[in-house]
Formats: sequence, C-alpha cells, structure tokens
Amino acid sequence: MILDDIRQYLRPGLAQTTFCAGCGHGLILGALLRAIDAEKLDMSKTVFVSGIGCAAWIPSPHIDADTLHTLHGRAVAYATGVKLANPELTVIVVSGDGDLSSIGGNHLIHAARRGVDLTVLCANNQIYGMTGGQTACTTPLGAFTSTAPKGNVHRPFDLVELVRAAGSAYAARWPVSRPIEMTRAIRHALQRPGFSMVECISPCPTHYGRMNKQGSIREIHAAMDQNCITPDQAAELTRAERLQRIVVGEWIDE
Amino acid sequence: MSPSSATDTAKVDAPAQPTSRFVMGNVACAEGALAVGCRFFAGYPITPSSEVMTTMANRLPEEGGVFVQMEDEIASISALLGASWTGAKAMTATSGPGFSLMMEGFGYGAFTETPLVVVNIQRAGPCTGQATHIGSGDVLQVRYGSHGDILPIALSPWSVQEMYDLTIRAFNLAERYRVPVFLMSDEGVGHLRESVVYHSDFTVTNRLRGGPQDEPFDTVEPDGVPPMPRFGDGAKLLVTGSTHDGRGFRRIDHPDVHDRLVRRLVDKLEHQTDDIVRVERYHLEDAEVAVIAYGFTARAAWAAVERLRERGVRAGLLRLQTLWPFPAREIAALGSTVKRLLMPELNLGQLVLPARAATHTEVVSLTQVNGLAISPTTIMERLEAIR
Ligand SMILES: Cc1ncc(C[n+]2csc(CCOP(=O)(O)OP(=O)(O)O)c2C)c(N)n1
Ligand code: SF4
Ligand SMILES: [Mg+2]
Repeated sequence: MILDDIRQYLRPGLAQTTFCAGCGHGLILGALLRAIDAEKLDMSKTVFVSGIGCAAWIPSPHIDADTLHTLHGRAVAYATGVKLANPELTVIVVSGDGDLSSIGGNHLIHAARRGVDLTVLCANNQIYGMTGGQTACTTPLGAFTSTAPKGNVHRPFDLVELVRAAGSAYAARWPVSRPIEMTRAIRHALQRPGFSMVECISPCPTHYGRMNKQGSIREIHAAMDQNCITPDQAAELTRAERLQRIVVGEWIDE
Repeated sequence: MSPSSATDTAKVDAPAQPTSRFVMGNVACAEGALAVGCRFFAGYPITPSSEVMTTMANRLPEEGGVFVQMEDEIASISALLGASWTGAKAMTATSGPGFSLMMEGFGYGAFTETPLVVVNIQRAGPCTGQATHIGSGDVLQVRYGSHGDILPIALSPWSVQEMYDLTIRAFNLAERYRVPVFLMSDEGVGHLRESVVYHSDFTVTNRLRGGPQDEPFDTVEPDGVPPMPRFGDGAKLLVTGSTHDGRGFRRIDHPDVHDRLVRRLVDKLEHQTDDIVRVERYHLEDAEVAVIAYGFTARAAWAAVERLRERGVRAGLLRLQTLWPFPAREIAALGSTVKRLLMPELNLGQLVLPARAATHTEVVSLTQVNGLAISPTTIMERLEAIR
C-alpha cells in the first residue's frame, strides 16, 4: 500500500482526504510526511499552520500533530507568533498560492525579511481552487479562469524570486510529478535555519485543468514535467518566456 | 464573586513598598500587562496608542518576553493568536484604523476560544479622522464589528490607575473565559498623566490546560469554558476557525454542531455577568437625575455631578467600567429610581441604544464629535435642563 511508510503521521480515523481525484495536494502531503520521516522530526514539537483554501487542508486535519488552521492569508503571521513564543518548536506552514502570495503576500515577504525560522510549503496550482477557479497572482498569462474567460492578462509572480529578494535563506521549486526532488527540497528547507520556502507546483484538474483543456491527470503530469527547465536554461530566456515555464531547483542564500 | 475554583489562580507576593509613579495612561497599561504575566506583544505604530508599544519594546525583553513589530495590524492580531495557542499571554495595542483591520482576527479569537488582550486607545473617527484627538466611536464596533454572532468582553478605564488595574483584569478575564478581551480606552485616558501605584495586590488567573480526556472545544454544560492545551505538549491540537466539534474536527455541514457552538460561546459570557460586569455608583442613593458615562467622559460627568450637589441638585453618576456584556441590569435598576437619565458620549449616540433598551425611563443622549473632551459644564447644563 502506497501509504504504509507514512501512515503513522496521519490522524487516526480519517478515511480519505477531501481533495478531488487527481488533485496534486495529496502528493504534497506525501512528500512532506516522507521528509519529516527522513528528518526524524519530533511530531509533538512540530506545529503545522495553514490558511484557507484546498491547500490549507493538506495539514489540517490530516497530520497527527498540532495544527493551526487560520484565516485566509494569515498563516505566516500566525506562524510567526507561534515560533517567537516558543522557539523550540518546528513550525511548518502549508498553504495555497492565493493564500500565501496574494491576500497573504505581505506577511510572506516580511517573514522572509525578518528571517523567522519557518518552513513554508506553497502549494501552487496557479488558481483559486476552493472558490471555483478564479485568477490568482500566479496564473500564467493567457490561461483561462472563471474570472478571466478570455485569458489572463496580468503577469504572474515568480514566488522564488519574490522570497529571495525579501531575504529567504532557502527557496526551491518542484512540481508534484517529481516527488523525490520535492521531498529532498523539503528536507533541505527543514534543515536550514531561517526562512525557507518550497514552491510545490500542483495541478488542479477540476478547475485549471478543465478550463484550460489539459486532458487527463496523466497528461497533466507529463506536460508539467516537460515544462520544467533548470536555472541555467532559464538564464537564456526572457522574463516573459521564463514565466511560462517551471524553473526547478534550489536557491540557497550563502 | 468569581468561579475561581474552575481556574488556577495564584496570589502575587506583595512587595514591601508599592511604587507610586507619575506616568501616562498608556505606560501604566503596559506595566499592568507585565505585572500580570504578559510575555508576548505584537503591534504596529498608531497614534494615540503607540506609547503602549514603545513601553513594551523596552520593558518586555527585561521581563523575558517577546516583542515584535509586525508589518500591519492584521499581522499583529494573527501573531497574538499563534502566540496564545503556544501558551503565551499576549497583547496588542492599536487605535481606530488598526482596530478595523483586526476585526476578522477578533472573530477567530472568539470562535477558537483564544485568550488575548487588545487595547484600543480610541481616537476621533471615522476613517483617519482626527488622529491625535479623543473619541469613543468604536464601542459598538467592538460588539458588532466582526461578522457573525460573537459577544466580546470590553472594559473602560477612566484613570491612569485603571489603565494599570483594568489591563490586569483584562488578562484575568481572558484567561478565565478563553476569550479576547478589549480594553476600550480613549486618547484622554491614554495620554493622561497622573499618579499610579504599580501594586501587586491582585490574583493572577491562568488558563486551565486540561488532560488528554478533556475536549478542548466543548464542555458538558452548554455554557462552559473548556480547558486549553498548548502547542508542543503532545495534545495534537486541531485548531480551526471553521465550525468544529469538541475535538476540533471541522463539522461545516452539521446544523446542530454550529448552533451549539455559536450559542455556547455567547452564553459562556452572558451567563457570567455577575462576575464580568462592574459599574461604579456616585450619589445615586437619593438621585432624581443621573448620568451614565464611561471612559474619559465619566471624569467630566463626575465633576458635573459634584458641582450640582454643591448647589443642592440631587444628581448622580453610574460609571460603566464594563461596556460588554452590557450592564443592562444595573441600568434597569437605576432607571426605576430616577426621573431621567443622561448619557454623554464622544460619538453620535452609541451605547445610549442598549441603555434605552434596558430601561423604560427616558435616556437623553448628549453627543459630541469634534475631537474635544466633553466639559463638565456641558454635562451640568444638560442635567439641569432635563431634571
Ligand atoms: C478574507 C477572505 N476572503 C476570501 C475568502 C474566500 N476564499 C476561500 S479559499 C480562497 C482561495 C484559496 O486559494 P489558494 O490559496 O490558492 O488555495 P487552493 O484552493 O487553490 O488550494 C478564497 C479566495 C476567505 N475565506 N476569506
Ligand atoms: S478544486 Fe482543485 S485544488 Fe481543490 S481539491 Fe479539487 S483539484 Fe484540488
Ligand atoms: Mg491555489
């Protein structure tokens, strides 16, 4: 059974997640728990903080530890309070792209600037999943959403560049189709003192996939994987071209 | 007086000589917080509350606490909520615009039963208004500003000494009832300088942590206060602002769970008004007219009543030290003994609304919204006119 190695970290009594079939968010949960297992984190001293959205349900209620399911956008600010009030605790934020970088964008950059010792997982499906597929600040140019029926006309954020400019100690980006790399990146983020973010590119077949005619989940994963490029390859591209690709890798502040 | 058996209280050792100082209300507020065990402060600068924050920035580290200046008031209230679940007694201080920004967080605090203290040094609103001037336009906002049905505890100090004493009381009430408590002060009292004694003559209430068999979000009684574990103790807490059952699991499609939760959170305070509600009575024994006042305005009302008494007018004062839950019973009792009531307020008549609902006796509203304190003369003249 695929879950056997991480079942001990799941809250007993839960039959299944609430995610749609094919949603990438469950794979992020798997990668996070495997990273936690490898790092041998003491789960009684680890707090999981999330905002509001489908992604915010990744830790709450699934993970069998202290979980703080907060308000839309505010996860990082709550997490700052938790970490400062008890620095002995490991504090992990798991939330969506809309939650962390749109309504909560100010908290994200200020936490990176302050260097609070947090590990942030941003489940980026490039859309607002929970509310019905509206445009996010991460939606690619031209993509269709329920609020951009003729295609999105605004540039998306590059979240790795954003937190790096704000002072993050560690940033990484991987799609859920590369679970081994994603798990390794989460481990590195956990090991690294200071503010770390792993951007986890995650498909939302229900909204983004349907509105952009992305096909089956198998096709979505294949396309996502093919769209990945290294930072070296990205250096050859214009900003506009880069924003249409998934630049994968790790960015460490030396 | 209070159900202290339900809570862990400890008497603070009285020092040989309590210190008397001549300080600003905002400074006394910070010292009260420190005295009762506040060890976390997050804030964002705003006039006329900033001295609470700057005092905390200097004093908290000395007491082994954490001070952090956040990026805005939404972040401040959020950090408090996180810190409180981590076990800290936490406080912030703000004013009008910042208070508005915190509304969603207040609802989270009420719904998740998170103790914390919010100090509002009210200024003349609406909007940016008169940033440096007195007002009390937020006394209904604190009651109704966050969406849904929640009942806050709100206290109103009228002196620098009460900035110290009521901050202590605010923390004790927050810990006892697991709620956000609001110190609804104003620019007048916040910036007032007078003598204050930093005494230790009070008990400290600490939240109960409970055991593994306790549910952190429900009680057997429909109006109880559950114990509150903290992060890092192995309780595997599920804290959520969505409708939840006693263990914290989201139950967003259960009518009964929602109904019980919303009612319990209001009833746990409304059924304890004997403990929470406090008023002060001046010259009310034989009064034929009386003023109902709170905050800085109550000082002017007191002076007006004293002067009228010197002239033989049977005037009295009911000073509201608790604003919410509203002292309806106390006002009803007063209404049955006087001919008329006067309620001076630094807004267009806010608490006069629940006051009128509490008594059949006429309650005359005296309003002033020019950023200046209401003078004793203004109150005196109106009292004479209506008696
Ligand atoms: C203050 C506030 N505004 C709006 C909402 C409605 N809302 C709920 S979830 C959500 C979007 C979540 O998007 P994201 O964080 O990307 O998570 P996803 O569902 O895509 O995983 C919004 C706008 C809310 N709960 N609170
Ligand atoms: S709506 Fe999208 S993000 Fe939400 S659970 Fe379904 S697939 Fe996942
Ligand atoms: Mg999203």
